Amino acid sequence: MTQPKTVADLLRDARAETPEVAPATVERARREGARLAIVDVRELDEWDQGHLPDAIHVARSYLEQAIEAEVQERDRPIVIYCSGVTRSFLAARALRELGYTDVSVLEGGFNAWKAAGLPWRAEVALSTDQRQRYSRHLLMPEVGSAGQAKLLESKVLIVGAGGLGSPAALYLAAAGVGTLGIVDFDVVDASNLQRQVIHTTDRVGDKKVDSARRTIAALNPDVTVVGHDEMLTEANVDRLIAGYDVVLDGTDTFETRYTLNDAAVAAGIPVVHASVFRFEGQLTVFRPYDGPCYRCLYPTPPPPEMAPGCSVAGVLGVVPGIMGLLQSNEVLKLLLGIGEPLVGRLLLYDALDGTFTELRARRDPACPVCSDEARAARERGEAVRLPSAPGGGAFALGSSVPPR
Amino acid sequence: MSVVKIPTVLRPSVGGAKELDIHGDTVGGVVRALVERHPTLGGQVFTPDGELNRYVNVYLNGQDVRYLAGLDTPVDEADEVRLLPAMAGG
Repeated sequence: MTQPKTVADLLRDARAETPEVAPATVERARREGARLAIVDVRELDEWDQGHLPDAIHVARSYLEQAIEAEVQERDRPIVIYCSGVTRSFLAARALRELGYTDVSVLEGGFNAWKAAGLPWRAEVALSTDQRQRYSRHLLMPEVGSAGQAKLLESKVLIVGAGGLGSPAALYLAAAGVGTLGIVDFDVVDASNLQRQVIHTTDRVGDKKVDSARRTIAALNPDVTVVGHDEMLTEANVDRLIAGYDVVLDGTDTFETRYTLNDAAVAAGIPVVHASVFRFEGQLTVFRPYDGPCYRCLYPTPPPPEMAPGCSVAGVLGVVPGIMGLLQSNEVLKLLLGIGEPLVGRLLLYDALDGTFTELRARRDPACPVCSDEARAARERGEAVRLPSAPGGGAFALGSSVPPR
Repeated sequence: MSVVKIPTVLRPSVGGAKELDIHGDTVGGVVRALVERHPTLGGQVFTPDGELNRYVNVYLNGQDVRYLAGLDTPVDEADEVRLLPAMAGG
């Protein structure tokens, strides 16, 4: 009867069949752009604290399942490393069993690499609490620690803490967007509570920005809320949007939507737009000069009788909830630089039919705000002339209903 | 026959219909035939000069007709014409 193997035996065998390669040699190959795959088999927290440039992270525990997605060609040279060498040798053996033919181990591991003064990089460190809170984000390569750190450093302005802004603010806060600006001059009304889920019954009569701030503070202490208890107007819009990465338009008047659009184009800030009416919603992303702006899509506002607000026409509470979350999704995509943002596409949602319809939206070459001509004039420092209507202002609106 | 999708806000003018089958060779022909059948739509869709109101977008199979040939854009049988005004609710 043979003696069971000890770990030392296992390691000795693995070591005997695996070549080691010196850090300086790996660095030279890396700089020369060799076909080499450098695979870091340590745990995620070790990786985040520092790793080789250009390395691929596949934790030892997932190596067999995950390596194929990263390294398809079985004859591609692979250098494995861990902090020392133990995990690397065991990993090398596993890779050979999977048919990889050119596997070696970094001599002395990451410790020797650092000691030799060779280059390495670290992801932004997340705290233990943050690792736990955002663990479902960290598991996905499209977000990961780097993406989560980016979200924590991001600033999003939510204009209107109403039907769209409430669910959007909740989910963006939960996702760990580090700074949420909230613009709303209104107070919580009992009739808001059917859909504006960031507010609560005991806060009827409170300022909406204060109510939103309290809910967000209870949900996620990582988030700083900047409250703007004022109505967005032509006079303050430039100040309000300055410094934000993305603006989420959750307003409910055409006047505010056009004002926000014009200023955001000038400032080069993308706006994630949604609007709702009864059982329907519209959603799109206005990324300045890349796709259309709000004026390209709707050059002039309809007369008031053709566009009654929620307070007149009513709205099914979940519809702004759905549209507000679709907006949040677009915001996160823009912040993370992933996926295909809804630029140049107008998405319609019909809650009764249960259908989504996508329409094409184009940049208007004659747009007074975002055409090449308007852009050039703006860059020359000239004032952009907007279409005026009798009665003054950019447009004459039949009635001025304050945002709710 | 083309299918014309009617937005909620205009449905009262067409007896509540969500969509209507309308015949026409061009987008303008289809919309004018629609207005002939439901005259109260006229003021909402057209300017006094017979142009499309700029606050009502018209899409042919998902494409804004402003970037096709406008009201002269040809329409085939089984095409979908959609009227879409802006909405502001939030």
